[in-house]
Amino acid sequence: METTLSTRVAVSCRGVTKTFGEGENAVQALRGLDLEVLLGQMTMLVGPSGCGKTTLLSVIAGILERTAGECIVLHEDTLRLSDRERAAWRGRNVGFVFQALNLVPTLTAAENVAIPLLILGLHYKTALARAGEMLERVGLGSRTRSLPSQLSGGQQQRIAIARALVHEPRLLVCDEPTSALDHETGHKVMELLQEVASSEDRALIVVTHDSRIFSFADRIAHMDDGRVERVETFTKN
Amino acid sequence: MIRIALRMLVGDRLKYLGLVAGLAFATLLITQQGSIFAGFTRRSGSWIRDTGQADLWIMDPQIEFTEDRKAMQDSALLKVRGVEGIEWAVPLYKSYVQARLQDGTRVVVRMIGLDDATLTGGPPIMEQGTLELLKADRAILVDARDMDDGLRLRRGVGDEGPRALRVGDRIDLNEHETVVMGSFRRTREFFWDPVVYTTYTRALRMAPQERKLLGYVLARVKPGLDPKEVARRVEETTRLRADTSDDYEARSMDFILSKTGILPNFGITIALGFVIGVLISGQLLYNFILENQRAFAAMKAMGASNRLLLRMVFAQVLFAAFIGFGLGVGVTAVVGQLLHDSKLAFHMAWQVPVFGGVAILVCCLIAAAISIQRVLRLEPAVVFKG
Repeated sequence: METTLSTRVAVSCRGVTKTFGEGENAVQALRGLDLEVLLGQMTMLVGPSGCGKTTLLSVIAGILERTAGECIVLHEDTLRLSDRERAAWRGRNVGFVFQALNLVPTLTAAENVAIPLLILGLHYKTALARAGEMLERVGLGSRTRSLPSQLSGGQQQRIAIARALVHEPRLLVCDEPTSALDHETGHKVMELLQEVASSEDRALIVVTHDSRIFSFADRIAHMDDGRVERVETFTKN
Repeated sequence: MIRIALRMLVGDRLKYLGLVAGLAFATLLITQQGSIFAGFTRRSGSWIRDTGQADLWIMDPQIEFTEDRKAMQDSALLKVRGVEGIEWAVPLYKSYVQARLQDGTRVVVRMIGLDDATLTGGPPIMEQGTLELLKADRAILVDARDMDDGLRLRRGVGDEGPRALRVGDRIDLNEHETVVMGSFRRTREFFWDPVVYTTYTRALRMAPQERKLLGYVLARVKPGLDPKEVARRVEETTRLRADTSDDYEARSMDFILSKTGILPNFGITIALGFVIGVLISGQLLYNFILENQRAFAAMKAMGASNRLLLRMVFAQVLFAAFIGFGLGVGVTAVVGQLLHDSKLAFHMAWQVPVFGGVAILVCCLIAAAISIQRVLRLEPAVVFKG
């Protein structure tokens, strides 16, 4: 079901709560959270461990159901979709960069990158060709047949970014993309994200603890105890 | 995604080989024991198949299997010959007799007496001499394999040491002297006693004196007639039992299976193979899926539906089952070929690989059904946990 939103708004969360467990064991991870994420911007979610950043990211990405509140993502309330429809929606609209990368160790770089396209039903060869092009864009055109174990941490992160972008999603969610990288490599990865992923028609949400990369953000949402405490907006030249 | 699933499966060579080896071992257990079982059951009908010239076997109605001896009166032969549709009918003697070799070794042998004129019902392959030699005075033919086994002169004659029986040696059958005139090759049988062939008349002379001596009547039906129909006619007319070769073989096999307990014995081994197969393949597949759980969760997050993940897991399972089964059946076949014509009863009937394939498939599907639960219950949000 489509919901009318400002065309610049990619994500609109109002009063979102998420509770894990029931009764005395219930843990409230999100407590009436409000947040807007705009297209064409990189929004960072920052805050102490356990403040609900990853939970919010999961709710926005449609892989976790909120308990209450409203969350419209790319004009869609994913809670109203069936499991199958939601999976298909994620496949079309969301790109993921996981903290643990989750590259399949037995697949080549190109095959790993091609996975989202194959999920969408593209033919293997076509998907592999497009994956090759995407790897070219992230500077790994010569390593399409390498296994993840044959690549450095920074190169593996590039594969993860290529995989997240290969199907041209409108929402890119990144969970701690630089946590396992040294400063220089982390900086390069963020530059790459800004260069390759940024577009007027795409929103980037980055969960991070790494203050060294805050400068890449257009907006920073500071979270604590399941709520967004404040949002900083930066103007870039 | 099926291709990706298969690449995930074969990508880790060591684990893949372990999985395939486990499935191949389970297949080997099932098909090898199945083939030995089939071999034993088939051996119960070897003599009937070797005696290939006859369409019908006519015998006392109480005979249950090939080694059962309930003789008929000689007049049965004439009665059978008189039935409409019978082209020819000949007598056949079969009984156990005491044999004494030249060195004094005593063994029990199966003596088969063939129709003097036609020698119908003789062994399938002659190794030394010809079947016609049976017409010579005191002649018998012995199984070439028995010459250095059941009929071996274990004590030796005179100064000779132990040696194999030879053409020209004498054997006393029920105190009647006979001469080995040749040897033959026959298909190995379920029962192991040595076999000697002689003529019907000579067999009756050597047989213990009884009122009824005719073991079987072998008959050929006239061309164009249905052997089963003629058999029914023979039974109606003579009140004897008349079986086609196939029917008699099947009846003998059923009797041996029911009396010896071979079926439950082999059944237990095959069932154990099945259980071991389920356990081995189950554990290996479960571990494989467990190790790939995060990859499946990531795919789920990226939009893969449960149905797609199910297809991937089943593709992996079926592929592993196919390769494992192929290897297992291949090894079984090679072992069977190497032990061909040995004492090991081995016969890979078409039903064995079919049953083995189905069993392995069921093993894998059970294992997959258990493992798949984890994939279906996967919460895609786990991928955000470090």
